[in-house]
Order: sequence, then structure tokens, then C-alpha cells
Amino acid sequence: MLPSANKVYVAVKALFTPDAPLKPLSITWEDGTEYEIEEVLDVCRAASLKAGGAGIRYSVRIGKTMTYLFLEESNWFVERRTRR
Amino acid sequence: MPMPDRSILHVDVNACYASIELLHRPELRGLPVAVGGDAEARHGIILAKSEEAKAFGIKTGEVLWQARQKCPNLVVLKPNYQLYLRFSRMLRELLVDYTDQVESFGLDECWLDVTGSTHLFGSGTEIAEKIRERVKRELGVTVSVGASFNKVFAKLGSDMKKPDAVTAIGREDYKEKVWPLPAEELLYVGRSTKHRLNKYGIFTIGDIARADPALLQSWFGKWGLVLNWFSNGMDSSPVARAGDEAVIKSIGNSTTTPRDLTCEQDAKIIFYMLSESVASRLREAGFRCKTVQISLRDNELFSFERQMILSQPSCISGELCVAAMKLLRGNYSWQKPLRSIGIRGCDLVPVGAPAQLTLLEDENQRIRREQLEHTVDDIRRRFGHYSIGRAVNHLDTTLGRIDPKGDHTIHPIGFFRAM
Repeated sequence: MLPSANKVYVAVKALFTPDAPLKPLSITWEDGTEYEIEEVLDVCRAASLKAGGAGIRYSVRIGKTMTYLFLEESNWFVERRTRR
Repeated sequence: MPMPDRSILHVDVNACYASIELLHRPELRGLPVAVGGDAEARHGIILAKSEEAKAFGIKTGEVLWQARQKCPNLVVLKPNYQLYLRFSRMLRELLVDYTDQVESFGLDECWLDVTGSTHLFGSGTEIAEKIRERVKRELGVTVSVGASFNKVFAKLGSDMKKPDAVTAIGREDYKEKVWPLPAEELLYVGRSTKHRLNKYGIFTIGDIARADPALLQSWFGKWGLVLNWFSNGMDSSPVARAGDEAVIKSIGNSTTTPRDLTCEQDAKIIFYMLSESVASRLREAGFRCKTVQISLRDNELFSFERQMILSQPSCISGELCVAAMKLLRGNYSWQKPLRSIGIRGCDLVPVGAPAQLTLLEDENQRIRREQLEHTVDDIRRRFGHYSIGRAVNHLDTTLGRIDPKGDHTIHPIGFFRAM
């Protein structure tokens, strides 16, 4: 099954510690640019109707932008932002 | 003091396979979409359909070409069972937040007994609403939930309003809500029971409820009484605890073959493959079977079953297949080709159970054959199903390439397994 056009799989650097939940540190976008995650605002199970999928949703702040980062099984994806 | 009523929920994922596919394929939303079996392998039937496809009159179980006649633009997707199993697991993980009594009924339906959780989360209907909202938010698919005081009415409730809805059926209103429904809506009233009921002038669930139980019993035996109890809300079957494994009563496999079977040789190829799968599953579960049953269905979809008792309990594929072929020879004259055949091992006994040996068979030979089959299991586990096989499979390349054990199978589940 091909992923939908709005589903962008990304590389994620994350911190695994014995006594704290998994913490994503940075996202590497399709073009190779790495963005640092400055803050994880919320973590919950959620579906992404826009990208198509379901898993654990991290609400993260990158610079001034808030975005969703999904962990689906062992893959990370984000919803593509489209210009209106 | 009478026991207070239980709070039972039945959660049903709406158009499960199609909804999961549409979640992952946003570009197809709004189009008539169905999930269908593989037409080339002749499993070409509709397994699930979207609301838009339903509007064209497409029904589950319908063959693909018929569905395409009703809706030429129908988008048919191949099933992805691994994905559906993942969603089924996620649904259960969500449901066990509310109770440990979660009993699955197939991949997409569950019963919950939330009687003990109402002081934590609110009434049955309130819990049902929470579940409905959470499933939509967390899994991206919708569910219908029935809330009632027994399992049978809870299941009826989940069928009443679809999609994304909660229906409560209480002791005070079940007569208004349940009794006007057609008799076949009741669990265990299938097509043939429906016809017989109709013949006796019974058309609704209320008719069954009001009928004389003795009369129902004279028509249907003990099932007549069960239907009468069900329709009067007297179902007291418990909801199994999450993780309780069903007691295995039999192990079987059947297949619709890639082409019709026209002679004994064809049937032998398939029976060997199915026997290997059944025998391997028996060994995996630690059982031998005392009875072998075969099911046959011809190309006009007429089907029947026959069974025989083995001289010794067995989990050796060769012995199961010999029994199956004997049953076939004794009961089928090949007037019509066969479309689908199956084999089942019943009357299971644990491997360690004592068995009466016979003087006529060499038990050492049987032990060696069983060890040989364990070795085959091991080779297949390590190197794949097709790494080793019987020569008979190579007699026909179309028929010989089926892996009944590894290919997806959903085994039917009985309602009474928890009782």
C-alpha cells in the first residue's frame, strides 16, 4: 500500500531513558534538513485523518511552530503542510 | 434479594476492513470502496464496503463481478490482514481500560461487561459514549455500541444505529425496541431457522418471545428454548475475561481451490496440503484427534460433511489424509466438480493421554512418522513453508501452491465458548 501524499515519513533522533518515556529530539525532513524539537507539549494515542494512519501522537514545538509527530508501529511520520 | 442487572456493551467496528483502508487512503474517501478477496484465486467476494458503496446496494459476501455490475466505478482493494489485526489489537487495548471482561467475537466485535466499573466511569451508556468517542479519536474509525443487560440484546443494540452511535436497550423498553425486529436479527436464527419459523407463523423476535416454549422445543429441540430465553432477555451467558483462551474443540482447514477439482487425484493434492496444516496445528497445540471430518462443496455450492473415527488418535498428516480420502471415496461420486473442500480433526485428546495400542499396527513406525513430521515443522519454521513438501504437490502447479497454515485464516467462533 502506497502512503498517502500527505504522509511524510521522517527520520527521528530520540532519547531512550530507563525511567522516563521516549523523547523525540529532532526530525530530519525529506530534503535532509534537521529540525530540533524544542518542546514536547502532549503525548496521546490518536489517528491522523489527514495523513492516514494511527499511533502515538506527539505534539511538538519546533521553533515557533506547533506540529504533530506520529509514531506508528516503528515508523515516524508527520502530516504534510499544504498551502491553501 | 434479586441480583442487580449487569451492564453489558457490544462494540462493533463499522465496515471494519473498509474503514481501516479509508483511514490510510484519504484520497479514496467519498468514493464507493470495497475490500474484496482475490478474484484470480476465486476468493472474489466483497468482505467489507464503505457507506458510499452500500448506497449502490453492494452487500458483504457478494461476488465481485456482481458488485461491479451495480457500481462500475467501485474501487476494490485487496485485504491487508496484518493491518486489520493491528487495529483489532489497538481496539482491545483501549477497551481493557474499562474492564478486564472483554470478549472478542471475530476481529471487529467485542463484548464488555462493565458492571464492576460503573462506579468509576459512569453508567453503561456513558461508558459506551466514551468508548465511541475515544475509538474515533485514537483509531480513526467509527464504532456502533449497544448497551444492555445481556449479551444478546447488547449485540442487537449495536446493529440498530450505524455508524458512530450508541443504542441502549433497557429492561423497561426492550419490548418496544427488540420485539418488533424480524426474527432473523436474533443471534442464532440463521437462514434455515428463519424459514422454519416463518412457516409456523413466527416473523418477529416478539413472536418468538410470546410463543409457547414447549412448542418451540418440539420444533427445534433445546435450541427452541434458548431462542425463547434470548428473546425474553433471559440470556445469562458471561463475558469472558480478556486473555482467556478459548478451549479448542477441533482444528480444521478448508479452501476454495484455484480451479475446480474434477478427480480423486486433484482432491488428494488438496487434502494432503490441508492435512499437513491441520496436523501441524494439532502438534502445535499439543493434541491428537480421534475423529476426522471432511466438508465438500460442489460447483453449484451444494455442501455436506462426513466423518469417521480413527483407529488411533493421530496428529500425523498422512493418516488424516488417508481417512479423508476414504471418506471422499465412500461418499462422493464426482457427478459434479468440487469447488471447495475442508478437513477437520475433532474429539481432541492431549498428546500425553494414554491410548489403547493395537496388535495390527506397528506403533514404532507411527512414532517415527510423527517425529518426521515434527522435523518437517522445524524445517518450515526455519526456512519457510515451501522449503520442503510432498512430491504430490508438484503434480499440479495451480493446485499445489497453497499454504493453508500461513495464509490468512479466520476461524469461526462459537457464542457459547465462554459458558
